Amino acid sequence: MALSFDKALGIHAEALQLRAKRLELLASNVANSDTPNYKARDIDFRAALSHAGQSQGVGMARTHPSHIAAGGAAGAAEVQYRVPSQPSLDGNTVDPQLEQAAFVENAVQYQASLDFLNARFRGLRNALKGE
Amino acid sequence: MSELFNIFNVSGSALTAQSLRLNTIASNMANAQVVSQTPEGAYRAKLPLFAAVLQGAGNGASATGVKVAGVVESPAPPLAEYAPNHPLANEQGYVFNPNVNVVEEMANMISASRSYQNNVEVMNTTKQLLLRTLQLGQR
Repeated sequence: MALSFDKALGIHAEALQLRAKRLELLASNVANSDTPNYKARDIDFRAALSHAGQSQGVGMARTHPSHIAAGGAAGAAEVQYRVPSQPSLDGNTVDPQLEQAAFVENAVQYQASLDFLNARFRGLRNALKGE
Repeated sequence: MSELFNIFNVSGSALTAQSLRLNTIASNMANAQVVSQTPEGAYRAKLPLFAAVLQGAGNGASATGVKVAGVVESPAPPLAEYAPNHPLANEQGYVFNPNVNVVEEMANMISASRSYQNNVEVMNTTKQLLLRTLQLGQR
């Protein structure tokens, strides 16, 4: 009976990676809330996660060390531009309040993913101890 | 986890940019009352120019920091004021005030300070997440 980390951890490892990726994007949006012509970006988490679950090994192969990795769990996340609710004259589409809220929401969800992962590890440890 | 470390670069660059913006505002406010004898010699309001810059090119680089592309001077004309008794007045009796709009600068200052706070908030949250990630599997 082989113990597979991929099976034991389930979707949570990929979810954590995607959450980190989304945090990075949202932090970029907050940082550029005053940059002219900057367009706010985000990923559709649900679509990206279902994509990450299916596309194991379907990404492009790297046949040369200088190739840029394509596909994979976090790389498959499709970055989309946000539709601005109040476009401004300087071409910036960042809504700071919205981004801040999304960032906090995503941070909490990141912690939830961490907790799920911790629970899985605890389960594995209990199984190994056999107590 | 490298994504989370990237956030420090991104938010850090935003803090640098916003503090430079605050600096130019302070400079503009400080010089708002400095008059000059000639229109050319009058102080001109300084404005920072922000630009987005990709951090860490490579695998789907999505972290976008801020850089200050430059500081430009406001093209608005200096305000001529008729003050014949002023020691700096020219032959026609005019002194030239800087084109600094104090109300505009105050509004700018509030905006800069809010943006700065937002970025500090982001960094604090990221730090907590990173520390929790480091503890993964230890409990």
